[in-house]
Amino acid sequence: MSSVHDQCEVGRDLVIIPAHNEQATVGQVVRRVPEHLAGAGIIVVDDGSTDATGRVAREAGSCVLSLPVNLGMGGAMQTGYLYAAKRGYDVAIQIDGDGQHDPSQAGALIDVVRSGRANMAIGSRYLAQRRKGSSFPRRLGNAFLARYLSIVTRSRITDPTSGLRAVNRRVIEFYAREYPIDYPEPEAIAVLWRNGFRVVEVPVTMRERQGGRSSIDALRACYYMIKVPLAIAVGLLRRREIDRE
Amino acid sequence: MSRVQVLSVVACLAFLGWMFQLMRSRRLKEQDALVWLATGLLLLAFALKRDLIDQFGRAVGIAYSPTALLLVLVLLLMAILLHFSTVISTLTDRTVRLAQELALLRHDVEDAGPRADSQNESVVDQE
Repeated sequence: MSSVHDQCEVGRDLVIIPAHNEQATVGQVVRRVPEHLAGAGIIVVDDGSTDATGRVAREAGSCVLSLPVNLGMGGAMQTGYLYAAKRGYDVAIQIDGDGQHDPSQAGALIDVVRSGRANMAIGSRYLAQRRKGSSFPRRLGNAFLARYLSIVTRSRITDPTSGLRAVNRRVIEFYAREYPIDYPEPEAIAVLWRNGFRVVEVPVTMRERQGGRSSIDALRACYYMIKVPLAIAVGLLRRREIDRE
Repeated sequence: MSRVQVLSVVACLAFLGWMFQLMRSRRLKEQDALVWLATGLLLLAFALKRDLIDQFGRAVGIAYSPTALLLVLVLLLMAILLHFSTVISTLTDRTVRLAQELALLRHDVEDAGPRADSQNESVVDQE
C-alpha cells in the first residue's frame, strides 16, 4: 500500500498537527516526525485552510482531517482527539503546524505520560530559560496567564500557551467530549486540573515560528487576555465533568 | 376605554396573532416563542388594565409609573436577547461538532476507503 496510508494508523501514539494556512511549514513538520517518533501515527487537522496545507501535508506522508470550515485551534485539536479516541490510541501528542516545535522534544513528553507520572505533559519554553525572544506585551501576557493558571491550579505552570503537549488515553477521551473552543491552551489545562487529572511541565526548547503568522494581533490579544481568564474562572465554578458520568 | 388603550390592545393582539401564525407555519418553534408569548401577554395585560402598571410602580417604589413600564420592557427585551445568546451558543457547539464529524467521515471515505476495498474487510470490521 502507499506510504500515505501506512502513516495513518500505526503505533500506539498519534501526533496531532493542527494547521490553518501553514503550507510553508506543515510539510517539514510532518517529515520530521518519523525521524524522532518512529512508529507514531500522524494526523494533520486542516482547519479550513484556504491554501494548500492539506495537499502539502498529504504529500509529506500524513493523513489529513479536512474541516469544511475554520473552527479555530480548539475545534481543530478536538477533531484530532476525536480521531485518537475512535482509533484507540494510547497517547496523543500535539505539535503545532507552524514549525516552532521540534518533534525531537516530544519524546520526553511521551515518556512522562507513559510512565504514569502525569495525564498530560506540556513542553515549556520557560522552565529552563528566562522569557525572551517575543515582544514585551506578549511576554507580559504570557507571564500573567502563567501566574494566574499556577494559582488557580495550585501547581507550577510556566508556559500556558505552549502547543507542544502529550496526553494519555483518559485525557484523549475526556478532550474528545470536552475541549475549549477558541484560544484553548490555557483553558485546556485548567479544565483537566478541575477534573482531577495531573498536569506537569517538561522543559523544551522551541524555535521561532518558521512561517505563517501568529493568530494573535493587538486587538485579539486584548480579547484573549479577557476571555481566557474569564473562561478559566467560569470553568472552575462548573461541576466536574467526571462527576456527571 | 381611551383611544390609546384601544390602540395598545389592538397592537398587542396583532402581535400575538402574528406570533401564532409564525408558529402555525413552523417558522417559529414553540420553545423559542415562549419568551415572546410572555412578553405579548404581559403587554396585553398592561393595556387592558391600566392601573396595573401604577400598582406595579408603587410596589417597587417608582414614583412616575410610565418609567415602570419602560423598566418592564427593557427587562423583557434583555431576557429575550439573553435567550437568543444561549440559542446561538448551542448552535455553535452543534456546528463545531458537525464539522468535526464531517472531517472524520470524509477521512474515512477518501483515505481509508480505497484501502479497505483493495485489501480486505478487516479494516471495516474493526470499527
